[in-house]
Amino acid sequence: MIPPPDSPEGAMLRFIRKRAVASLISLVGLIVMVFFLSRLTGDPAALFLPVEASAEMKQQFRELHGLNDPLLVQFGRYVGNVVTGDFGESLRKARPALDVVLEAFTWTLWLAIVTMTLVTGAAIVVGSLAAFRAGGFFDRLSSVISLVGASVPDFWIAIVAIVVFSVNLAWLPTSGTGSLLHWILPIAVLFIRPFGIIVQVVRGSMIGALSSAYVKTARAKGVKSGPIIFVHALRNAMLPVITVIGDQAASLLNGAVIVETIFGFPGVGKLMIDSILQRDFNVVLAAILVTALAIFLMNLAIDLAYALLDPRIRH
Amino acid sequence: MTLQTTETVLAEEPSFAKRMFRMLLADKFALCAAIFLLVILVLAVIGPSWLGDLATKQNLRGRNAAPFDWGRGWVWWMGADALGRPLLARIVVATQNTLMVAAGAVALSAVIGTLLGLVAGFSSPRVNQVIMRLADVIMSFPSLLIAVIVLYILGSSILNLMLVLAITRIPVYLRTTRAEVLEIRERMFVQAARVMGASSRRILFRHILPVVVPTLTTLATLDFAYVMLAESALSFLGIGIQPPEITWGLMISQGRQYLTNAWWLSLWPGLAIILTTMSLNLLSNWLRIALDPVQRWRLEMKGSKNG
Repeated sequence: MIPPPDSPEGAMLRFIRKRAVASLISLVGLIVMVFFLSRLTGDPAALFLPVEASAEMKQQFRELHGLNDPLLVQFGRYVGNVVTGDFGESLRKARPALDVVLEAFTWTLWLAIVTMTLVTGAAIVVGSLAAFRAGGFFDRLSSVISLVGASVPDFWIAIVAIVVFSVNLAWLPTSGTGSLLHWILPIAVLFIRPFGIIVQVVRGSMIGALSSAYVKTARAKGVKSGPIIFVHALRNAMLPVITVIGDQAASLLNGAVIVETIFGFPGVGKLMIDSILQRDFNVVLAAILVTALAIFLMNLAIDLAYALLDPRIRH
Repeated sequence: MTLQTTETVLAEEPSFAKRMFRMLLADKFALCAAIFLLVILVLAVIGPSWLGDLATKQNLRGRNAAPFDWGRGWVWWMGADALGRPLLARIVVATQNTLMVAAGAVALSAVIGTLLGLVAGFSSPRVNQVIMRLADVIMSFPSLLIAVIVLYILGSSILNLMLVLAITRIPVYLRTTRAEVLEIRERMFVQAARVMGASSRRILFRHILPVVVPTLTTLATLDFAYVMLAESALSFLGIGIQPPEITWGLMISQGRQYLTNAWWLSLWPGLAIILTTMSLNLLSNWLRIALDPVQRWRLEMKGSKNG
């Protein structure tokens, strides 16, 4: 994966370019896939229009949107629309679909940023301490949370949390937004799965770093445990952690769909499910592509961070 | 020579099973998990024909009947749903669909992913590149969102659900297999087989695949839990399995609107999912050690002490 460091700057640029091209191919692949899936499987008019639409309405819609044109012409127009951000109107809200999506996306973005910051901080601290004392309290805590994250459905945790904290104890609101209290349950539920995964990577990576020669040297020189863990070992253990943080940030959207739907949080996940259930295809399409673009940009940022942190690339 | 060794390993199958059984006894968590999964498997096979009628018969006088009513028959011990159908019977009946979707998706993705991985690891760089880029396209996007849009366009049925979940999991097997193949193909026994004139296909399937299979088995066990969670999430959102079919995820979803007065509607199917996925996780942990020749002694030592 890492090119040999012949000339430092060249190697870094090549690394980033290679990764950027790979992510771009993924993005284009998705755009093409969505087009062919939506045009080649049955009647597109039936997909875009409400279920009760009449045959005349469908015919009119086909002519209006050029669905009778050759496939290649349609594909050209579709790509043109996607590039200019024209996804048509939302049938439900009678506003441009892109506006509706971007509005919702801002909410999800905040939810994701706050959650991932908390997850990363907690996972690094707990994972490092778990690696430092195998079988200790933090080690057991992290393996329990990992097992819960890998075995318990997040929507079930959300429901149980609502019953306990909102209905029985009446400490927290059940759904919506408005106050800081509204954010606690969604973030807590979203937190579990990525934390369980990242903490194990931190732990594994730290165990490797702690047994390395430079840590033994530091210990022999009498450096305290705190600095050894968080200065000497952690910096070198961060690379695999950054990769997994990127993966988890992208799959946080899986959780966001669930959590937003249950807690009535007006993010892009809830928007997507609502639009699907009410057959607002323009919005579904716009939401999918905006999300894909966001993930593409994030992957780019992750690769950049990776290249900057890895001295073998940066030199 | 290599040919002979593979033959003898195959001939020792019974002793392999015996050894695995002994190692299973050495790990109590894994043993409980295996027993639980066996029970679930049996329920999945006989459930619908055994309790199918009971699970669909409505009884409007017993709507949302409370659990722990020991006076009634055992199918009522977990209470009843909004139409007065016994929850325990419905959970047993739903086992089949829940496991079938997950098993189908895991089997499909494992077979396709492994084959592609073998090809990618053993063929020209160009073919390798194409396959890996395809995997990247799938991996770079949240699996639930791919499933959401595909199910929206194709319509949701058990088969489509299986296919979609399989597609999103193919890269997992593909990447693992490819990475292993790249390493194994450089080993001495593969070189020896090639020098002796074995064909590529023979090398792949007789020499390399058997070395990769233990890793893939562990992975598939773990993935079974993941796919089960994904299916239940999709069914919960209303774009997976559609009523009157039932799965555990759908049952949680149906109980959601009675959360404040009948919490048991969502609680029990949730527990069924958790116990199953947790068992799969524990079993996969055990498999990872039991199938690894370097780690295996940990379980074998314990086993000999007990017996």
